[in-house]
Amino acid sequence: MIFLYILLYIIIAPLAGGIIVGIDRKISARMQGRYGPPLLQPFYDVIKLFNKEVLVVNKAQNFFVMFFFIFMIITGALFFTGGDVLLVIFAFTLASIFLVTGAYSTNSPYSSVGAERELLQMMAYEPMVLLTAVGFYMVSGSFNVRDIMAAPVPAVVYLPGIFLGYVFILTIKLRKSPFDLSTSHHGHQEIVKGITTEFTGATLALVEMAHWYECILLLGFIFIFFSWDSLISIPVGILACITIYFLEILIDNVFARVKWELVLKTSWIMGATFAFINIIIISII
Amino acid sequence: MSDYMKKSPWIMHYDGSSCNGCDIEVLACLTPLYDVGRFGVINTGNPKHADIFLVTGSVNEQNSSVILQLYDQMPSPKVVVAIGICATSGGIFAECYNVKGGINKVLPVDIYVSGCAARPEAIIDGVIQAVELLEKKRLEMKEYKKRKADDIYGTAK
Repeated sequence: MIFLYILLYIIIAPLAGGIIVGIDRKISARMQGRYGPPLLQPFYDVIKLFNKEVLVVNKAQNFFVMFFFIFMIITGALFFTGGDVLLVIFAFTLASIFLVTGAYSTNSPYSSVGAERELLQMMAYEPMVLLTAVGFYMVSGSFNVRDIMAAPVPAVVYLPGIFLGYVFILTIKLRKSPFDLSTSHHGHQEIVKGITTEFTGATLALVEMAHWYECILLLGFIFIFFSWDSLISIPVGILACITIYFLEILIDNVFARVKWELVLKTSWIMGATFAFINIIIISII
Repeated sequence: MSDYMKKSPWIMHYDGSSCNGCDIEVLACLTPLYDVGRFGVINTGNPKHADIFLVTGSVNEQNSSVILQLYDQMPSPKVVVAIGICATSGGIFAECYNVKGGINKVLPVDIYVSGCAARPEAIIDGVIQAVELLEKKRLEMKEYKKRKADDIYGTAK
């Protein structure tokens, strides 16, 4: 049964993620007064990339990106089969590290700048991600996604501060505008393409597809904040995901990119104030 | 599966020695008014992600190596579009002591877009033609790969 779930996840997640990215591009375009590319544009892009020549600077880069992709799938599979949140977070971090190593292995200055910025971003969001897991444990008494989802009251009721902190770092993880330091989905060219500069063809396609899986996983976290032991929680959770994602698109189009110091400071302040106070309060009551 | 190459042309633009007018018109194509984004065009600024190389302005002694390097870094299949009269033949700068001439002095140009400065409509037309050519080149690349594999493994019919 669990293998069936994993198989379903591996097939459905990229389709859903690709469509979400397509809707994202469409809405972003409308916000900028443009018509926007077709809804299925992310799929066209990836199929095109698979048909392109693969230029390789260092043979190791394809290996690292492949493992980034594989670990992203494993992370999602752990999460959506109701696994351990801590394990999910560690696998997720490992996936990101593979991408950073892949970028470093090319020895390109743009790629290295992107990799360094990615590491700084990880430093910024990682404490908050761990506090999220701690919060879930304190509310439900378990790190398992299955138990967190079966709680009598949705976790967000007890964890509003942690939810706020998580939404804040979600902007970093989704590579949205104030915090898209390491690479950007837009035509910002000051770091060329940052961490993905040296990836071409199929390798770049894998990075794109990993992003779709990542997108679904991150929205899954939003979902478990809003789920409780009832069927009504499914539409409520999906609605919450849609609202938060729309908010992210809005933020993406409203803000200019900030410097890395501000990313680090603000995300740690969010973690140290909202999330930490939240945890102290639930530990008292 | 065949026409996906046409649906996702990622462009890179380079301005050689010119008045910069054509380059501004290339960027005008990306604005909401002309909006090439609706054809799936992304302005990459990275040769390794680009499919179509838009060159404006003429080639001089200093930028010829830059243009060549950008072209070499692009993964196949790729198309070069020369935009404006300067990129075509050197234009009014043709007689200058440092100017070599049009882009075809260093690169195999596939499509020429006329104008001084080239109109955004003409540039969009050039990009659309480049996209058609991209698909053709992809098939050629595939054919070439197959032939090479046949040579190596002796599987030719």
